[in-house]
Amino acid sequence: MPEQKLTGAQIVIKALKDQGVDIIFGYPGGAVLPIYDAIFQQNDIKHILVRHEQAAVHAAEGYARSTGKVGCVLVTSGPGATNAVTGLLDALCDSIPLVCLSGQVPTHLIGNDAFQEADTTGITRPCTKHNYLVKDVNQLARTMHEAFYVARSGRPGPVLIDIPKDVQFADGTYIPPTEVKHKTYRPQVKPEIARVEEAIELIANAKRPIFYTGGGVVNAGPIAAKLLTQFVKLTGFPITSTLMGLGAFPASETQWLGMLGMHGTYEANLAMYNCDVMINIGARFDDRVTGKLSEFAPGSKKIHVDIDPSSINKNVAVDIPIVGDAGAVLEDMIRIWKARQKRADQAALKEWWGQIDGWRARNCLNYNRTEAVIKPQYALERLREALRGKNHYVTTEVGQHQMWAAQFLPFDEPNRWMTSGGLGTMGYGLPAAIGAQLAHPDAIVVDVSGEASFLMNMQEIGTAVQYRAPVKIFILNNKYMGMVRQWQELLHGSRYSNSYSEALPDFVKLAESWGCVGLRATTVAEVDEVIEKMLAVTDRPCIVDIAVDPKENCFPMIPGGKAHNEILFGPEDSPSDATPEDGMVLV
Amino acid sequence: MEDKIEKHTIAVLVDNEPGVLARVIGLFSGRGYNIESLTVAEVNNADHLSRITLVTSGTRMVVEQIKAQLDRLVPVHKVHDLTDEGPSVERELALVKVAGTGDRRIEALRLADIFKAKVVDATLTSFVFELTGTTAEVDDFVGLMAQLGLVEASRTGVVAMSKGAAGF
Repeated sequence: MPEQKLTGAQIVIKALKDQGVDIIFGYPGGAVLPIYDAIFQQNDIKHILVRHEQAAVHAAEGYARSTGKVGCVLVTSGPGATNAVTGLLDALCDSIPLVCLSGQVPTHLIGNDAFQEADTTGITRPCTKHNYLVKDVNQLARTMHEAFYVARSGRPGPVLIDIPKDVQFADGTYIPPTEVKHKTYRPQVKPEIARVEEAIELIANAKRPIFYTGGGVVNAGPIAAKLLTQFVKLTGFPITSTLMGLGAFPASETQWLGMLGMHGTYEANLAMYNCDVMINIGARFDDRVTGKLSEFAPGSKKIHVDIDPSSINKNVAVDIPIVGDAGAVLEDMIRIWKARQKRADQAALKEWWGQIDGWRARNCLNYNRTEAVIKPQYALERLREALRGKNHYVTTEVGQHQMWAAQFLPFDEPNRWMTSGGLGTMGYGLPAAIGAQLAHPDAIVVDVSGEASFLMNMQEIGTAVQYRAPVKIFILNNKYMGMVRQWQELLHGSRYSNSYSEALPDFVKLAESWGCVGLRATTVAEVDEVIEKMLAVTDRPCIVDIAVDPKENCFPMIPGGKAHNEILFGPEDSPSDATPEDGMVLV
Repeated sequence: MEDKIEKHTIAVLVDNEPGVLARVIGLFSGRGYNIESLTVAEVNNADHLSRITLVTSGTRMVVEQIKAQLDRLVPVHKVHDLTDEGPSVERELALVKVAGTGDRRIEALRLADIFKAKVVDATLTSFVFELTGTTAEVDDFVGLMAQLGLVEASRTGVVAMSKGAAGF
């Protein structure tokens, strides 16, 4: 085969095409101009011009999370790369597959403190799953293909490739993805069968079992979610999930207990506390979930399925660790369950469900329904009703509204819910919504937002307008950084240090200044009308300002350092002894 | 959980590529693990493989985490816990400079002989000894030299290998 010479920039574009990329989110600058020139001369890959590089990464996350594909980002050197860092770490924490290309100063200037030079691979090393600096144009194609493989294989994550400008100009040889095999990286996908068999025996003999599932099921693809649903139904066990795992099991099923953890439901947390067998599939025993470690599910045997061996026995020691892809493990579990003709202990299960139904009857998500002021929970309940049966995706920012959205919006399918779980990045939701909307132009995409988070990346309204992405920004405006205020109320004597949202813009006028639709609801009666109008807008973004009760707090809540059975239900629970001294230092 | 602190010697085979050592060290500093010593050099020129030997300490759970986290790094081929996997030999090399004259000089030379240290540099007022041995032996030798005019010591840290025919 005659060797075909391409420039580095052309190699980048060809590799992206061969990897099936159709959209790349980015922002140009001096060190990536050759790649932007190559983008200009083709039509297969659509470039989405964001307004800030952090948003490019979040948009790619929204795209990746809602499609199951690898998201793609292009930024320039120096500030372009450093602006992307928050997004990269966000993707690392939530295991979102991304490839981020950054420009770099020419190789002969590296290390000379050149204009817009940063040690990008050094800075992003702990913020990526892996990263590369390509100094030889003939290694560029191989590196690109490797990066996509690493990003999507095993526990997915962001991979960065730093490409000096001279490498983008240089002529080199292209090789297709089929000719690239990674030297070392072979994550274990298939589980050890003996372990799965052990797990099945434990599951079959459980008296008070619970499934505790996480983002790993979503990452394993829609088939894994189907298998999970099948297995949970086969067993008849209750199931709860982390924030990242919502949607993997349908929320409309009766076996669903709601989310667990700090702001999880009473029934989910008490079922975790009292269970005798815990089946963790694709969750990582995060501190938001476990609460006080020494009192985490104290009487239980634990099965932990995870594709990342370093997740196992990291925070919580487990009895049966299973390394493998959630889908592959579930497939084996179902097969062995059926082959061995297993059936759950029906009498024990009946008693267990009786106990759970008692906790459910506590109705922990109840709130003070009033006509006097819009409760944020009410606004979300109305949004839920309006979205029911419609093809929709939801993203969130970070804070109280995020937890309320997780509590009040039900998801029956995976990949429909996008939120910054691990890193907790305010400003995630709007760009992620844009990414999801561009991937699903005909769907309704709502960013459930708070007024403070929205301000962190509101420049992206410009991006949404430019590409006619009709995202809906549903702001629960309580004029506070609500979660900060809630913690100050519970832990710092109601001294609201710097948590008031001073000098807010008029969100309706703000929307109009961009040519978007702006709506506002200040009374309970207006909420439905505003939601209806919002959903009717299909050709441009819509910003909705819902003036909610500024004093409402998010409950239930397990204060930091407390166990699952020490849950606060609402303002009537005394906050004074809510948190022990050692819990105060926890975030 | 057992909270006893254990000391482990871990051997890691990695691609000899830029940044790989930074990844390993960054992992230890970022996650708050201990490094007591770390040595690295290329061991296979054709395949560009380097072998890192590191000595670390922590509870059993932390040591298991360290190994899992090392194994998770993309350029890492293999991770072996030599402490766990049966008998192994551990050695370090030290260069020890001692200055002095008269009895002290003679005593230093005599001790070097007992420790089977080699003289690799000599002047009328100084020696540089080369010593290979276990960490404890090197500690002992350096400790004795401290009383006989020790100027400086340079140590490689531990390199280690499992006993028997089986390879890495």
